[in-house]
Amino acid sequence: MSAMEWALDGVLAAAITVVAWRALTVREHFQAIVLFITFGLLMALAWVRLSAPDVALAEAAIGAGLTGVLLLDALHYMGLFPVRKQTGETQVEKGLSARWARLLAFLALGGLGVVLLGVVFNLPREAGGLAGQAQGAMEKSGVEHPVTAVLLNFRAYDTWLELGVLLLALIGVLCARGETTLASGHNLSPKGQVLDWLVRWLTPVLVIVAGYLLWLGKTTSGGAFQAGVVLGAAGVLLWLSGEPVLERLPGVLWRGLAALGFAAFLAVGLASVMAGRYFLEYPEGWAGALILWIECAAAVSIGCTLAALFSAMHPPRQSQLSLEKQPKEGTE
Amino acid sequence: MEQHLIYASASMVLFCLGLYGVIAQRNLLRKIMALNITGSGVFLLFVSIAQRDAVDFADPVPHAMVLTGIVIALSSTAFALALARSIHRETGRQTLRGEPSREEEADSQREQSG
Repeated sequence: MSAMEWALDGVLAAAITVVAWRALTVREHFQAIVLFITFGLLMALAWVRLSAPDVALAEAAIGAGLTGVLLLDALHYMGLFPVRKQTGETQVEKGLSARWARLLAFLALGGLGVVLLGVVFNLPREAGGLAGQAQGAMEKSGVEHPVTAVLLNFRAYDTWLELGVLLLALIGVLCARGETTLASGHNLSPKGQVLDWLVRWLTPVLVIVAGYLLWLGKTTSGGAFQAGVVLGAAGVLLWLSGEPVLERLPGVLWRGLAALGFAAFLAVGLASVMAGRYFLEYPEGWAGALILWIECAAAVSIGCTLAALFSAMHPPRQSQLSLEKQPKEGTE
Repeated sequence: MEQHLIYASASMVLFCLGLYGVIAQRNLLRKIMALNITGSGVFLLFVSIAQRDAVDFADPVPHAMVLTGIVIALSSTAFALALARSIHRETGRQTLRGEPSREEEADSQREQSG
């Protein structure tokens, strides 16, 4: 490894650590979120340096993009209403003991950090890993990109259940919302020609990029995740610009789309069991085609779920009204 | 020092920093953010080890697991934020019960000195 590369990696690793530290300790919440987004972008660079472009794409879109949007949106929402004073509960001792607790946590985690660093430096220098095994099975996998082969063939089970977790998160958010529809009755955006024009151009571009990323997954970095996230971003963009597409779809349709990826995996899995194979074991020669179809379904599903997660965060109009009254009642 | 070791050591520092944030920060948004940083630390260690085990390409299994992990981290973040919003909606607070917010702590200290 040349000195130049060494310096680049060192500076990047140090920058990531410092930005994370600042994001955790800075006083202003808004500043912290912006630092967190910066952290996500730096992490994407680190993934590239570690020759993990798939992870880099996902991190840039999710870690820096969507998580940042969700956090900023929550901050905006929680900032709308003043913090109500807690009566009687806050005592001075509590404040002081909290400071001691923090110091204790700092010392304990500092110790843990030293131990973990010791462990990392004492890891065996060579352990084999599964790269060799993956390489050996690539021919039968139906795709040419090892990461896609692992995701959708060798360890398809993980991906299937991951779609299940996404679906569960959506159900959870809808439950926390207390409403089964996505209607939010918001009109955040001041309509303007520039915004209209931009959204009109960006939306089709995003859809094309998503399709391209999906297609790339067969041979190189890309695939259902990255495509799905770009689709989801398009949904969020449309929502923010006052065109909530998912709200306008019939409830059955967006729910169906959100469950499509999970259902497609399940259908293929059950079909393979019926044919006397293991669950999600693709028949010889069919792997490529089946993976393509599952990936399409998964991408649509991920995109729809992410956009729905974002919309479902916003309370319906009625409760927004009651919210505006609530804090006043509390202070009286 | 090899490349993967640089990132592996950064990953463990991130893990501890994030965990400290989860404990020390009161605001729920900041706690959720800290949890995400903890997760990033774990992902970074995974991918560093994948780089160590590279043959012709880096070990694809940790890469796939991290990809899955990133999406799961996002879904749990979204759910956590929805819960934080409900807590705020129900109680008007941005912190957990029993944990005073920064403003309240400052108030009580002022009362004590005054």
